[in-house]
Amino acid sequence: MSYDDVLDRYEPVLGLETHVELGTATKLFCGCSTVFGGEPNSQVCPVCLGLPGSLPVTNRAAIEFTIKIGLALHCDIAEWCRFARKNYFYPDMPKDYQVSQYDEPLCTDGYLDVALDGRTYRVEIERVHLEEDTGKTLHVGGDTGRIHGANHSLVDYNRAGIPLVEIVTRPIRGTGKHAAAVAKAYVSELRDVLRDLGVSDVRMEQGSLRADVNVSLMPPDADQLGTRTETKNVNSLRSVERAVRHEVERQAGVLDAGGRVVQETRHFHEDSGTTSPGRSKEEAQDYRYFPEPDLVPLAPPRELVEELRASLPEPPSVRRARFAETHGYTAVDMDQMTNAGVVDLVEATIDAGAPAAKAKGWWLGYLVGRAGELGLEVAELAITPAGVARISALEDEGSLTNKLARQVADAVLAGEGDVDAVIDAHGWRVAGEDELVAAVDAAIADAPDIAAKIREGNQGAVGPLVGAIMKATGGSADAKRARELILERLS
Amino acid sequence: MSGDSELCRLEASELAKRIADRDVSAVEVAQAHLDRIAALDTAYHAFLHVDVDGALAQAKRVDAGEVEGPLAGVPLALKDVIVTRGVPTTAGSRILEGWLPPYDATIVERMRDAGIVVLGKTNMDEFAMGSSTEHSGYGAAHNPWDLDRTPGGSGGGSAAAVAGFLAPLGIGTDTGGSIRQPAAVTGTVGIKPTYGGVSRYGLIAFSSSLDQAGPCARTVLDAALLHEVIAGHDSRDSTSIDAPVPPVVDAARDGDVSGMRIGVVKEFAGDGYQSGVTARFDEAVATLAGLGAEVIEVSCPHFDYALAAYYLIAPSEASSNLARYDAMRYGLRVGDDGEASAEAVMAATREAGFGAEVKRRIILGTYALSAGYYDAYYGQAQKVRTLIKRDFESAFEQVDVLVSPTTPTTAFKLGERVDDPLSMYLADLCTIPSNLYGGPAMSVPCGLSDDGLPVGFQVMAPVLADDRLYRVGAALEQALGTAALLDEVWRRDHAATS
Ligand SMILES: [Zn+2]
Repeated sequence: MSYDDVLDRYEPVLGLETHVELGTATKLFCGCSTVFGGEPNSQVCPVCLGLPGSLPVTNRAAIEFTIKIGLALHCDIAEWCRFARKNYFYPDMPKDYQVSQYDEPLCTDGYLDVALDGRTYRVEIERVHLEEDTGKTLHVGGDTGRIHGANHSLVDYNRAGIPLVEIVTRPIRGTGKHAAAVAKAYVSELRDVLRDLGVSDVRMEQGSLRADVNVSLMPPDADQLGTRTETKNVNSLRSVERAVRHEVERQAGVLDAGGRVVQETRHFHEDSGTTSPGRSKEEAQDYRYFPEPDLVPLAPPRELVEELRASLPEPPSVRRARFAETHGYTAVDMDQMTNAGVVDLVEATIDAGAPAAKAKGWWLGYLVGRAGELGLEVAELAITPAGVARISALEDEGSLTNKLARQVADAVLAGEGDVDAVIDAHGWRVAGEDELVAAVDAAIADAPDIAAKIREGNQGAVGPLVGAIMKATGGSADAKRARELILERLS
Repeated sequence: MSGDSELCRLEASELAKRIADRDVSAVEVAQAHLDRIAALDTAYHAFLHVDVDGALAQAKRVDAGEVEGPLAGVPLALKDVIVTRGVPTTAGSRILEGWLPPYDATIVERMRDAGIVVLGKTNMDEFAMGSSTEHSGYGAAHNPWDLDRTPGGSGGGSAAAVAGFLAPLGIGTDTGGSIRQPAAVTGTVGIKPTYGGVSRYGLIAFSSSLDQAGPCARTVLDAALLHEVIAGHDSRDSTSIDAPVPPVVDAARDGDVSGMRIGVVKEFAGDGYQSGVTARFDEAVATLAGLGAEVIEVSCPHFDYALAAYYLIAPSEASSNLARYDAMRYGLRVGDDGEASAEAVMAATREAGFGAEVKRRIILGTYALSAGYYDAYYGQAQKVRTLIKRDFESAFEQVDVLVSPTTPTTAFKLGERVDDPLSMYLADLCTIPSNLYGGPAMSVPCGLSDDGLPVGFQVMAPVLADDRLYRVGAALEQALGTAALLDEVWRRDHAATS
């Protein structure tokens, strides 16, 4: 049963909980570094290891970053709120409780507008709160990669205590068949907002931005929401879209068969694009939240909030509108580029010297497709905007044919080096006039039949000769010039 | 025992003076106390770990002139709930047996910088949960006044060490009375400073919103001198108050109570109070009146609910604070046979490592915080806490300090209450309100009861008015001559060991 069929019969309701690791220099409650990729357990201290007697002290920058996020999402900023302890036992939790926020989040009641196919969807934000990240557990042995079935586990606490902001939407309704695309566009837009704020490096592949995707289905005439599932730790934009599609199809299958959707957390599998059950909410823990007694309440002064509000950068949507006007892009162009996640890349390519139309053409017309084939996010491609601009310039000055240009791009994508290195290595350049003339003469001599037809005025016969010339020159000939030369000689 | 043991009889301020004057070296003083511990602590069991090398090394620093101060060279008994780098720290629990902390508590750093010589770590009820040290994972401590009796708890080890002349100074921690009740039953002075007055960084948490470290001593002035060393803002503890330390030493030297308004808490008298305790308390109040203080009876109606609120708030916080003892990173590990799951190892370790009282409170606290019960228990207890704060605030509009007996009875016999948690909890009836409020409180001796055992007099003051405790304490100490009460303990031990 296809996704579109399902959505003729059910209304999808989405909810997104996005976790963002803040880019503060130090952790939330201690002075340890937050740099990614250190030796395991090299960035720890008594506080983030939760040693007996240690106490947390809140990192002011983390509070300010969280307020900025709240303001960028049009939230109210609490005048007074507290951290809370979320109690549960797990080896990657140094204290066996997580310092988080519960019923007193720092930011509440905001929204983010998401543009898709000429329509704007307003996604309401319920809350934005600050908490500490946990350590990372590596389950060794076994074949599930999870704690059950592993032979032993290793825990790295470098990540423990890194400030994490959780952004929770209210249920998103009215997206219909666009549900999966809206989910992806929301995370993409949120990522742009966070990046522009400079509060996080928002790298999904490193886990500094991760989304939990809630999906439920309801028949069009129902008056309450259906039972939802929560798919955890979806780590790319593409996966967000796939996870929604999969859950919509899976849940419809259950409902159509007269079954009941189980409220549970599910795991997303990148390889198959499917989800599988995790912990069932029915056996969910009671986290016994209570106000964290080791920390004094947060009471951000109003002057600070206003100062931060005044410092906010232009929102990405406004920035994009200005960008469109400057470069003459249409609304459709912008939608396409936004949905493909290439606005920033196109802008950087223009900044590197490429004409607007060519920059857009390269990314949308070629590189997005290549990313799809390679299973990568377009931003993860091994070619830089400067590289694209360089190819485009070589094309314009006639040094590369369109075909050669794509060959160069592919070689860069394959990791062979930068644009000039690849061209040098392969000797790719447009054939010179002498070489071309020689090739034309040879082609004519080799195909007297075709030559005769052209002399008789059959211009359609030129094509095969051009093809032969391209082959003979390894694709480096300028096809247009080759055609001119053939006609000069055979007219 | 060597003749140097007379050094152990001196109070801290006197020892510090002699060391500064080079009449005696800090090493000699430390060695005298270490010898006395070796001779007597088999009977008291005040110490869980004696740090001979660390104590002598610090004493040498003092003798070399590397550190100075009003307490430089003075030995101290440190409650084992305070974290010490490289020195065993167990909080009285088997679950932390063998743990060598990689860092020092803030107050340990401050004491080291002041030249104080830490002799070792003292016995206590496990994770400070108890009023007798019988809940220690390593066996109870004994009261120097009567070895069959408790030195109180949870800080019974520090109190016994000070009362038994094993150290002139001690550090305790007070969550519901764990400094003051042991002080009362051992005839020593103990202070719970204003919450936030002394850094909690490196104090192994029992109940974070109540825990407070403070001084133990044989005289009010010694306690004040130690108070001044350990108090003051610490940026590593967010709940630490950024305000000047109250002038406790000046107040202790002064001891003038004329014109002070002293409120006697009406609710802390009557049934359950030993007659000798009531008699000594009333005499002390009369003494203060004779010194020119105005005595007023004050009602604090919500104090009756303090014990109930405390036994919800403290266990709730404890259930969370003690979660980290899960065998994953430090301390005891039980059942890790290579097959068992992490959950199974955690459960087996906590089963084996925690004693009965700790388990009782973890279960109580876990229940009180559970979904569906939170409002009725933890939430309700917080409301009571607010009412108790208001009782204090309105009382302090009428009076400068509140006073009561520290504990309803003198030292009880070991074994007498250990199987009856409720009667054990009653020992802290009078001390708990100050913890819930956050204000400072002191226990100072006010004589001996009919049974020949010491009685403690409690003084409670407003937040950050710690100096008032010392003013009242010094006045009583001088008028009643109570610092001499411990001579009896000294004479008896001296006769036994010389
Ligand atoms: Zn750290």
